[in-house]
Amino acid sequence: MSESFTPIGSTQGKPAPATPLNPRRRGLIIGASTGLGAELAHKLAREGYALALLARSKEKLDALCYEINSYGGDAHSYEHNVTDYDEVPSLLLKIVANLGGLDTVIYVASINQPPGGIDKYNFASDRQMVEVNLIGAMAWLTPIAEMFQSAKAGQIVGISSVAGDRGRVGNPGYNTSKAGLTTYLEALRNRLTRHGVNVLTVKPGFMKTEMLKAAPGPTPFAIEPSVAADHILKAMKKRKQVIYAAPIWRWIMLAIQHTPSFVFRKLSF
Amino acid sequence: MSLNLNTTFTQLENFGHSFQAPSYRIPIQRPEDIYGAFQFAKKLGLKVTARGTGISYNDVSLNGGGIVLDMRGMNQIAEWDPATGVVRCEPGVTLEQLWQRVEPDGWWPPVVSGTMKTTLGGCLAVNIHGKNNFQVGPIGEHVIEFTAMLPTGALIICSPKKNADLFYAMIGGLGMLGVFTSITLQMKRIFSGLVAVDAWPVPNLSRHLSDLREHAPSHDYIVGWLDAFASGNSLGRGQIHAARQLNEGEDPNPKKTEDLANQHLPDRFFGVVPKSVLHYFMKPMMNNVGMRFVNIGRYLLALRAHTFRQSYDEFHFLLDYVPDWERSFGRGGLIQHQSFLPEETAGDAWREMIRLSHHFGLPSFLGVTKRHRPDQFLLTHSLNGFSLALDFKVTDTNRAKLSAMLQEFDRIVLDVGGRFYFAKNSETNAESTRKFLGDETIAKLKKLKKRCDPNGLLESDLYRRIFS
Repeated sequence: MSESFTPIGSTQGKPAPATPLNPRRRGLIIGASTGLGAELAHKLAREGYALALLARSKEKLDALCYEINSYGGDAHSYEHNVTDYDEVPSLLLKIVANLGGLDTVIYVASINQPPGGIDKYNFASDRQMVEVNLIGAMAWLTPIAEMFQSAKAGQIVGISSVAGDRGRVGNPGYNTSKAGLTTYLEALRNRLTRHGVNVLTVKPGFMKTEMLKAAPGPTPFAIEPSVAADHILKAMKKRKQVIYAAPIWRWIMLAIQHTPSFVFRKLSF
Repeated sequence: MSLNLNTTFTQLENFGHSFQAPSYRIPIQRPEDIYGAFQFAKKLGLKVTARGTGISYNDVSLNGGGIVLDMRGMNQIAEWDPATGVVRCEPGVTLEQLWQRVEPDGWWPPVVSGTMKTTLGGCLAVNIHGKNNFQVGPIGEHVIEFTAMLPTGALIICSPKKNADLFYAMIGGLGMLGVFTSITLQMKRIFSGLVAVDAWPVPNLSRHLSDLREHAPSHDYIVGWLDAFASGNSLGRGQIHAARQLNEGEDPNPKKTEDLANQHLPDRFFGVVPKSVLHYFMKPMMNNVGMRFVNIGRYLLALRAHTFRQSYDEFHFLLDYVPDWERSFGRGGLIQHQSFLPEETAGDAWREMIRLSHHFGLPSFLGVTKRHRPDQFLLTHSLNGFSLALDFKVTDTNRAKLSAMLQEFDRIVLDVGGRFYFAKNSETNAESTRKFLGDETIAKLKKLKKRCDPNGLLESDLYRRIFS
């Protein structure tokens, strides 16, 4: 372990070694290599979680795991493209075996590819967004929901978006993928709460990540991913159902959701 | 075998509800199911552990993220011969099933645990001992023969003569060499359903140990209760119960006392309170202050030395008096630390451990002592000396402290040549295990493991903890 290394967001000491009395909780983050996923990985590692981190980029993942493990965390990387749906069951089995169980799953993986104007259409990129943001989530959360329901324990966190709350002119494919994800998570929640499983839907507004660059127009109330990760962790501990990050988006989206269609049709965002 | 593993995912626990391990639980009805599960596990790259009723204090039957074979379905008593006292059982048969079958015919299991809910497969896997360990050894010494399925699919028959190396390694082998499929045991003859019990107080640890040593030879069973709150001159005080089986003729009517109707634990406390709800009433007492008073009260009651007769099940199955009593420890549950120490060093080591527990502010709520003698099993926990089992309450906030204290306990035990029992301690790590068993024993075990389980399919949380 390198003594000179200062981990990102490090405020606490080294997590205690795991024994039966001091078990590590076990977390799986899908889409962990950058931005919010990486921040959540650091924060959960600090909380004493053993982590399985998934993303397409093996290099970025390995670097992240190295960072986490160098301050006493316990993170393992798995290279995976969420659209390889058929790979999910066997990979999940392997991860659960390596972690020695599973307590928490966070689906972060998401892409945002706006068509580039309110009169442009692009089925190929819309399809990709739905495949990554929604179907990828369903591919993972289906077996996980089944397992958690059977174990009568566990927590599922889905990172959706404020963009799923209304269909807007700028990015129909992205809106659709996130609306679908929000609804899917709600349905899971309604199924699983009775089995003691918590499902948290997170609706971030703008975050200062790579994805922000894709956003056309102004990006008000943009927050650092580490701040969003703090909001999410707090909500996970309280076993909340739905949160907005930053919280102000709850009120903004309340207004937007209640904007009548005849007004919305004339807007250009 | 084809099944949706996801729907078998189950949050399994230890007996004390103090740790959990989610696993894929596969029900086993026949030996072929075990073979199927092995094949399945091999294909999927998963590890396998057998589990009975799951009431070990630690992680011996837990296998987080892996397959757990639920052996409770193999629970037939295949053959019982009341003339010879030989019984052949499937491994999921519990001690409760067994004694209820053999007792009316004038027999009793030679070795039993403090609860009758344990399965024979589990009893053999950890080689249980009873209050009569100093007289008759562990349960393994009463096994005539067993059959086990190896992960290779081979069914192997072992006895002290046949495959003796595996016989002495698989009994007490923590389920890591194979899975028992059939167990043949010799029961012991009894001439009454009652035992004659002498109970007397011991004012301190020296007397406690010297009385255990001196009174053991003249009794069949001996067990001590130890007030782990007492300090100073009273440290180690408690009460000893020593019991003797009745000889032929001592009980004028053995048929009556051996009748099952006279062998059941009362289901109401003081004839009024149903015992099934008693653990709720115990809960408020389960803290350092409450238990100090309970222990003092218990000692005051013990001051009257007396002799009485008690039924076999009442004497043996203390842990079954209050159903779900472990629930009274609250949501953090409980754990137990048991150490086996040589006669000469036991006193000093336990004085140090009990003082340490006071210093940590984590006194044991219940201490139990026993007398032991060595045996020849590969991973034996026994020796010529005594054992002390200490129960500790686990809370959300004391886990780290408790773990640190137990590791200190382990150090004290190892320093004076003590031993551990892997059905109990949960914090013993690989380093302590190496010191305890020695490299030679571990090498022997690993060699047998390679022979029986070449693909390393059998692994439990315990195995990974102590042999990694």
